[in-house]
Amino acid sequence: MTTATATAAHTLGARSAPTPRRHRHAAATRGMYTALGVLFLGIMLFPIYWMINASLQPSGNTLTADFFPWNPDFGGYEKAIADQGANLVTSLIVSLGTVVLSLAIAAPAAYALAQFRFRWINGALLAILISQMIPGIVIANALYTAYNDLGLLNSIPGLILADATHAIPFAILILRAFMVGIPPSIVEAARVDGAGLVRAFVSIVVPISRNSIITAALFAFLFSWSDFLFALTLTTTDEVRPVTLGIYQYLGTQVANWSAVMATAVLSSIPAIVLLVLAQKYIAAGALGGSIK
Amino acid sequence: MSTTMSSTGTPDAGQPQTDEPRRSTPPAHPRRGRFSREAVTKVMFVVPAAIYLVLFFGYPVVKNVTMSLQEYTTRTFFTGEAPWVGLANYATVVGSQLFGPAMLNTALFTIGSILGQFVIGLALASFFKRRFPLNGFLRSMLLLPWLLPLIVASATWRSILDQDSGILNRFLEGVGLIQEPVPWLTSPSVALIAVILVNIWVGIPFNVTLLYSGLQDIPEELYEAGAMDGATGWKAFWHITWPNLRPVVSVVLVLGVVYTIKVLDIILGLTNGGPANSTQTLSIRSYQESFVNFEFGVGAAYSNILILISLLFAIIYLRANRRAVDE
Repeated sequence: MTTATATAAHTLGARSAPTPRRHRHAAATRGMYTALGVLFLGIMLFPIYWMINASLQPSGNTLTADFFPWNPDFGGYEKAIADQGANLVTSLIVSLGTVVLSLAIAAPAAYALAQFRFRWINGALLAILISQMIPGIVIANALYTAYNDLGLLNSIPGLILADATHAIPFAILILRAFMVGIPPSIVEAARVDGAGLVRAFVSIVVPISRNSIITAALFAFLFSWSDFLFALTLTTTDEVRPVTLGIYQYLGTQVANWSAVMATAVLSSIPAIVLLVLAQKYIAAGALGGSIK
Repeated sequence: MSTTMSSTGTPDAGQPQTDEPRRSTPPAHPRRGRFSREAVTKVMFVVPAAIYLVLFFGYPVVKNVTMSLQEYTTRTFFTGEAPWVGLANYATVVGSQLFGPAMLNTALFTIGSILGQFVIGLALASFFKRRFPLNGFLRSMLLLPWLLPLIVASATWRSILDQDSGILNRFLEGVGLIQEPVPWLTSPSVALIAVILVNIWVGIPFNVTLLYSGLQDIPEELYEAGAMDGATGWKAFWHITWPNLRPVVSVVLVLGVVYTIKVLDIILGLTNGGPANSTQTLSIRSYQESFVNFEFGVGAAYSNILILISLLFAIIYLRANRRAVDE
C-alpha cells in the first residue's frame, strides 16, 4: 500500500513540479510536516518528560520543579531503590514467568487453531475474543477466594497465573494470525522424514514463527509488568509486592516525597521505553495485531 | 507483520530437514492405529490453553454469578459458609445511593474518553498519512503512553494536576487562561473531567494506530478519482475517507467501550473514586465492595452488571468485526 502511494506521489510530483523551485517548495512542506509531527509528539510525551524531570528534583516538595533539572538530584532514585528495589525484582520475576507460561500455553494452541482442522475452531476463537473482554475485576473477585483456599495469595506463581490472563488470549490470537500463513508442506516434509507432530512443531513451526513469538513475548512481559489489579487484589502483605502496587502505596492520600514517587515511576517505565526503542518493529506489529485478528 | 514471512527462508528454518541422526528413529507410518495417537497429540496442543481459559475466565464468570447470589463476606473465609440470599445483593446494589452516580459516571467516563481519544486519534492518524521524514519513527514513539503501566501514568498526572504547584495550573495561569488554580483532583465538580482527560491521553496511541492502518487501506486511486471530481480536503474526507473507514471506526469504538468500561488503575491512582464519590464507576464500586468492604457478594453483583454491559458491546464488536472482514 505504502509503495503504491509512494509511486503515485512520485509520478504526480514529477509531472507537476518540473522546476527546481517547486522541488524545494515540496521539501520545505515536508520539513514543516516533520516539525509539526515533532510538536505533536512533544505534547503527547510531555508528561513523560515531566516525570523524568520531577524524578531528578531535590526531595520534598518537588512539584515546584524547574522546567529542567539543572542540578539533578539522585536522592529520589536512592530512596526509590531502597524502598522499591525488591518490588522491582518481584515485578521482573513475575513478568518473566508470565512470558514463559503464556508462550508455553499459547503457542501450541495457536498452531492448532491455525493448522489443524478441528470442527470447533470458530467457537474457540470466539471464546478467546470474548475472554479478552471480561473485566479484570471479575477475575480478581473469583481468584481471591480460590487463591485463599489454595494458598496462592501472596505468591509469585499465583501472580504469574493471574497475570497470564492479560497475555494468553492476546498471544493466541497474534500467533495464530501468523501461523495461518505457514505452508503445511514445510511441516509435512519433516513429518515424512519421521518427525512427530510435537517435534515438527518445536523444530520447524517455532523457528519460522520467531518474529511473532517475540512480539507475543514482549507484550506478555509488558502486560504483566503493568499489571496493577492482580497486584492489588491478590497480595495482602509486603512479602510479594509488584512495583505497580508499590507506586500506588507511595501515592496514598498525600504524597510525601514526590521525587521518590517519580523516580519509581521512571524505573517502572524503563521496560516500555527500552522495548519501544529497541524492538519498534515487534511493538508496532503487536499494537495492530491484538485488536484486529 | 508482512516482514515476518521473510524469515521462512532463514537457515534455522531449513536446518531440521538436514538433521541426519533423526533418521535412525523408526520412520512414522501415517497408518491406522497411529491415526488415533496422532489425533490425541493434536488435541493435546490445545488442552493446556483450554484448561487455562476454563479456570481463569470461565470459572471466574460462573463464580461471580454464584457469589452474587450469596452472602459472601469476611465471615465466609473463616466459617466457609455463604448462605444463599437470592437477589438480595442486587437489591443492595440498585438501592445503594452510589448506584445511580456510578452508572452515570461510568457512562460519562466511557463516552467522554472515547470521544476524545477518537477525535484526536483520527486527527493524528490523518496527519501521519502524509509523507514526511521521520514519520514512522514519530508514530511509533507515540505508542509510549499506551505501553507505560497505567499506575505510572496516574502518578505522573497526579503531580501534573496538583492544585497548588502542578505544572498544568502553573502553565494555565502563566498564559492567563485561568485566574485561580483549578482543583483538578480535589473538587467533586472537576475530578471526573480530569480523570477523563488522563484516560484520553492514555488511549490516543491505540486509536491512532488502528485508524492509521485503516486509512492506509483506503486505495489511493479513490482520492485521485475524487480529486478529478473536485473532492479535496474536507470534501474528500466526508465522501471518500469516512465511508471507507467506517468498518474500522466501529471496531475502534466498540473496543474502546469494552476497554474503557473496565478501567480501574487510572481512577484508583488519581482519585480513588473520590472526592465525595465523584469518580465512582461500576468497576470501582465492584473493587471497593469486594476488597475494601469485603462484601464479595455485592462486589460480584456489581461486576455482573459490568459483564452484561461488556457482553452487549462484545456482540456489537463481533458483528462489526465480521463486517469489517467481509468488506
